[in-house]
Amino acid sequence: MSLVYAGVLSHAPGITGRADLVKNVARRDEFYRMLDHQREEIEASGAEALVVIAAEHFANFFMNNMPAFCIGMSDAYEGPIEDPGWLKIARTRVPGNADLSKRVITAVMQTVDCAYAEEWKFDHGIMVPLHFLTPRYDMAVIPANINCQGPPLTPLARAWAFGEALRRACDAQPEKIALVGTGGISHWPATPDSGKINEAWDREFLDHLMAQDRDALMRYDDDVQTYRDAGQGGFEIRTYLAAAAAAGGPGELQYYTAELPIFAVGCTVARFAID
Amino acid sequence: MSLYQLQKFLYVLNREPAAQRRYRDDLDGLIADYELTDEEARALRDGDIGLLYVLGVNGQILMHYAAFLGIAWFDYLDFMREGIERHGPVRAGVYAMTGGGASFTEEEGAR
Ligand SMILES: [Fe+2]
Repeated sequence: MSLVYAGVLSHAPGITGRADLVKNVARRDEFYRMLDHQREEIEASGAEALVVIAAEHFANFFMNNMPAFCIGMSDAYEGPIEDPGWLKIARTRVPGNADLSKRVITAVMQTVDCAYAEEWKFDHGIMVPLHFLTPRYDMAVIPANINCQGPPLTPLARAWAFGEALRRACDAQPEKIALVGTGGISHWPATPDSGKINEAWDREFLDHLMAQDRDALMRYDDDVQTYRDAGQGGFEIRTYLAAAAAAGGPGELQYYTAELPIFAVGCTVARFAID
Repeated sequence: MSLYQLQKFLYVLNREPAAQRRYRDDLDGLIADYELTDEEARALRDGDIGLLYVLGVNGQILMHYAAFLGIAWFDYLDFMREGIERHGPVRAGVYAMTGGGASFTEEEGAR
């Protein structure tokens, strides 16, 4: 039928893996409740499949053959690739929909050159969102990746075009499809600066994102500047841009906190009107 | 400096159970499959997180190697800090873009 839901949410291994180390338990539980609310909104949309625009972390894609974009095309995926005890998410099979994937990929390819993959091991970047959004693993997932890790990175304008292409592709299918972008905003994951968050930078970026201010968002396209202000994790804004571009309508920031540094990311939940 | 080969070693190790078995049973043989400098090979043989960080291994790869070695989260962060103190700033890769990875944030004082 069409795209019926679009939103964004944070991912980070600490969100599940270091849940017990949180000092501000009230904040943590508030964030978890907002993720649960996002799940309810996706369920209420009647979605039959969930596109997850991710920023995977060298689980499948490496510098030997790094795609700017890739979409999964399988009836099943596995994850997490990380030690399940470390991530505190059990290893499982996640359902996909190869036929729907193929139709989406074929449509996206009309305007954006996109790789596809019939094998994909999900890392925390997809498993943490699914842990909250489809906890019973009962909705078909279509993973879509943007290179946010190995420079040269996918340019922001291309990430935006990818989102628009995904929108056209979803609207051309008979199924109801939900889409989330999952990234971080500013953060310094897995480094000695883990836990650092540039809240002012995050809030300004989110203002532009919620306003669908494409011109302002394109000004984040200097990776050295982004690294300086927002860390390596800031490169993952590409997934948020793609989700906004797919939605087309104004965003509503439903949750943001910088008060959970043990999660090593400003924790965000937002949705967009489909326009 | 062969950061590509060094990171590839860890990328394969992180995702391939067969490579993980070989790491336990035949580490020298596994290391010999990659074109590594003596320093890189030594860092892998010793599981030296601090040196690997300074050599430029991306944290998204290094973090999983540390988990594979059974290193607790805060120890992982400390090992990187000690690596900087011992060997100087990060020499290559993303963290060498600016600052050399030498900036430290105390994580919520949670220990
Ligand atoms: Fe990430």
